Amino acid sequence: MSLALSIGLLAAAGVFLVLQRGMIRIILGFVLLTHAVNLLIIAAGGVARRDAPFIGGDTSMAADPLPQAFVLTAIVIAFAITVVLATLAVVGRGDDDTEAEPSHEASDDGENVKDKTGGLT
Amino acid sequence: MIEIVEVLLPLFVGAPLLMGGILFVVPRHHLLQPILGMGSLLAVLGGAITLLVVTSSGSVVAHQIALWPEGIAIAFVADAFSALILTAGSLVAVISFQYMMASGESRSPSIPALVLILVGGVAGALLTADLFNLFVFIEVMLLPSYGLLIFLSRRADMAASRLYVVVNLLASTLFLAGVGLIYALNGTVNLAALAGAGDDPWTAIATAVCLAAIAVKAAVFPVHGWLTRAYSSASPAVAALFSGLHTKVAVYVVYRISAVIFEGDSTWMAAILVVASITLAVGAFAALGERDIRPLLLFQMVSGIGFILVGVALFTPLGLTAGIVYMVHHMVVMGSLLLTASAIEHTYGSGRLDRVAGLRSREPLVTGAFVIGALSLAGLPPFSGFVAKYALVLASADAGVVVVAGLLVAVSLFVLMAMMKIWAAMFNGKRHHDVELVAAKERIRTRKGLYDTDPLDQDEVAEEAAHAIEHIEAPRGIIGAEGDPHDHRGTRVRVSLILPALILGSLSVGLGLGGEFLVHLAEQASSGLIDTSDYVRAVMGR
Repeated sequence: MSLALSIGLLAAAGVFLVLQRGMIRIILGFVLLTHAVNLLIIAAGGVARRDAPFIGGDTSMAADPLPQAFVLTAIVIAFAITVVLATLAVVGRGDDDTEAEPSHEASDDGENVKDKTGGLT
Repeated sequence: MIEIVEVLLPLFVGAPLLMGGILFVVPRHHLLQPILGMGSLLAVLGGAITLLVVTSSGSVVAHQIALWPEGIAIAFVADAFSALILTAGSLVAVISFQYMMASGESRSPSIPALVLILVGGVAGALLTADLFNLFVFIEVMLLPSYGLLIFLSRRADMAASRLYVVVNLLASTLFLAGVGLIYALNGTVNLAALAGAGDDPWTAIATAVCLAAIAVKAAVFPVHGWLTRAYSSASPAVAALFSGLHTKVAVYVVYRISAVIFEGDSTWMAAILVVASITLAVGAFAALGERDIRPLLLFQMVSGIGFILVGVALFTPLGLTAGIVYMVHHMVVMGSLLLTASAIEHTYGSGRLDRVAGLRSREPLVTGAFVIGALSLAGLPPFSGFVAKYALVLASADAGVVVVAGLLVAVSLFVLMAMMKIWAAMFNGKRHHDVELVAAKERIRTRKGLYDTDPLDQDEVAEEAAHAIEHIEAPRGIIGAEGDPHDHRGTRVRVSLILPALILGSLSVGLGLGGEFLVHLAEQASSGLIDTSDYVRAVMGR
C-alpha cells in the first residue's frame, strides 16, 4: 500500500511540474515521473520476496531479478535524458520555456516591416 | 543462407552504433566522415534488401542474443513486414543523407554519427521481439534525434526542440509504465510469449497504455500537435529523415502489437478505426490553413498516419496489405516532398507561400519533383499513391465500413487542394521583387553559420544579390525581360540539391507502375500479421 501511495504521489507531483512553463520545473517533474515509473516496475516484480537468489541455494524467497535489471536500464536512460534536458535549458537565448517567441520573422532587419502586421507564422 | 542471416541479424543494430561511435572521434572535416557515413547507410540498406529477399518467401528469421534458450533470451526477429519497413526506412535515410551532403549540413559537427546511431536505433526497434527492449531502442533512436534537431536548427529560440524532447520523453515514460503493468500481469515482456494475451481485459488495458504512448509518437489525433511545431523548426532534411523513420516506427509498433497481442480483436480495432478516421481528416483540413510550405506538408504527414492506421483497424488480409503498401508509399513520397521543400527553402531562404513565387518558369527540376510528389500524395495514377489509396478504399468497402471508404476519397480531394495551394502560390505567379535579397541573405547565413535572427550587413547582402543576378542567371532573351531588373529567369536550385527528391519521386512512379511487386510483398507481410504462429515459433522455438 505504501508503495502504491508513493507511486501515486510521485506521479501526481511529476505531472504537475511537467505542466509548468519553466524548463527547470519540467526537468524536476520528469525526475519525479521516472521515479514513479521505476517504483511501478519494482512493484510489478513483487516486493514480498527479497532474498538473494544465489546464496544458500534456496530460491523460493528470491527476489525477481528482471524488474531490477529493467529499472537499472531505465535509470541510466533517464539520467542521460535529464542531462540533455538540462543542456536545453541553458542553451538558446535567455528563453527557458517551451513557448515560442511571438514573432521571430519581424526581428530580421528593417526592410520587412510588413511582416509585423500580417506575417505571424 | 537463412542461418547466416540469423547470425548476422544483431549487426543491423550493432554495426551502425559502432560506426557512429567511430565517426564521433574522426575529425569534423575529414574525408572519412561522409564516406563512412554513406557507406554504412548503404550497407544497412543492402542488408535490409537481403533480409527482404530471405523473408519474402514467408520464412521468419530470429536470433537469440547470447544464445540463451528461447523464451529467456532477448530475441531479434525479422519477418517480411519488418524487413519491408526496414528497407524503406534505410532507403529514406540514405537519400536524406545524400541531401545533407549536397547542402553541406553533413559537415556540421557529428551529424553523420548521429544519423548512424538513429538508424541503428530504428533497426533495433523494428527487429526486437521484447517490449522493454523496444523502449530502449526507441530511446536510442530519440537521443540522436534531439541532437540532429538542435544542431541543424538555425532558429535562435529552442522552444520547438524543447517541445519535441518533452513530448517524446513524456510518451516514453508512459510507455515504460505500460511495460511495467504488462510485466506485473503476465510475468514476461516477450512479445511472442504475450501472443493472444489481449483476451484478458487487464492485459488489454495495460497494452492500451503502451499503445497510447506510441500514438503520441505516431502523432495520432488528438496528440498530433507537437509534430508540425517541432518538425517545422528543424532543418528540412532532418524533417524528411524523421518523417520516414520516427512516426513510421511508431505505426509499425501499433501494427505489431495489434497483431500479436490483440490478434485483431474487433472491439479494440473499432476504437483504432475511429481515431484513425479523425486523424486523417484533421490532418488534411489543418493543412489548408497553413501559410508555409513545411507545416502544410507536415499536416499531410499527420493525415497519412491516419490512412495507414485504417489498414490495421480493418484487420482483414486486404486491409493490412493496403495499409502496409500505404506506409511504404507514404515514406517515399513524404521524403520526396519534404526534400523538395528543403531545396526551395535552402536556395530561396524562405518557405513561406507569400515569399516565393514563379518557380514553374524558373526551376523545371523542382517543379517536376513537386508535381510527382503532389499527385502521388493525392492518389492519382500512375503514381504509388494511386495503388495505395485504391487498395485502401477497396479494403474499407470490402470490410463493410463504407463510411470510411467515402471519407478516404473525400479527404484525398482535400489533400489535392492543399497541394494546389502550394502550386498556386509558389510555382505559379510572378516573382517578388525582393526574392534575390532573401535568397542572398540565406546564402550568407548558410556560409557563416548564423542564426536566422542575427543581423546581416546590408551592403554584403546587396553585393551578393547583384553578383547572383549577374553571374548565376543566364539572360535568355525573354520578351519583356529587358529593362526589368527583377525579371531574370535562370534556375537557382543546384541539381545536386533536387536530385534526392527526384530519386524518391521516380521510385514513387516505379512503385505505381510496378504496383504488383509492392502489393505482393505487402501481402506476404500481412499474412505474417494475421497468422502470428510462425513469428511466435521463431522467437519461442515452439
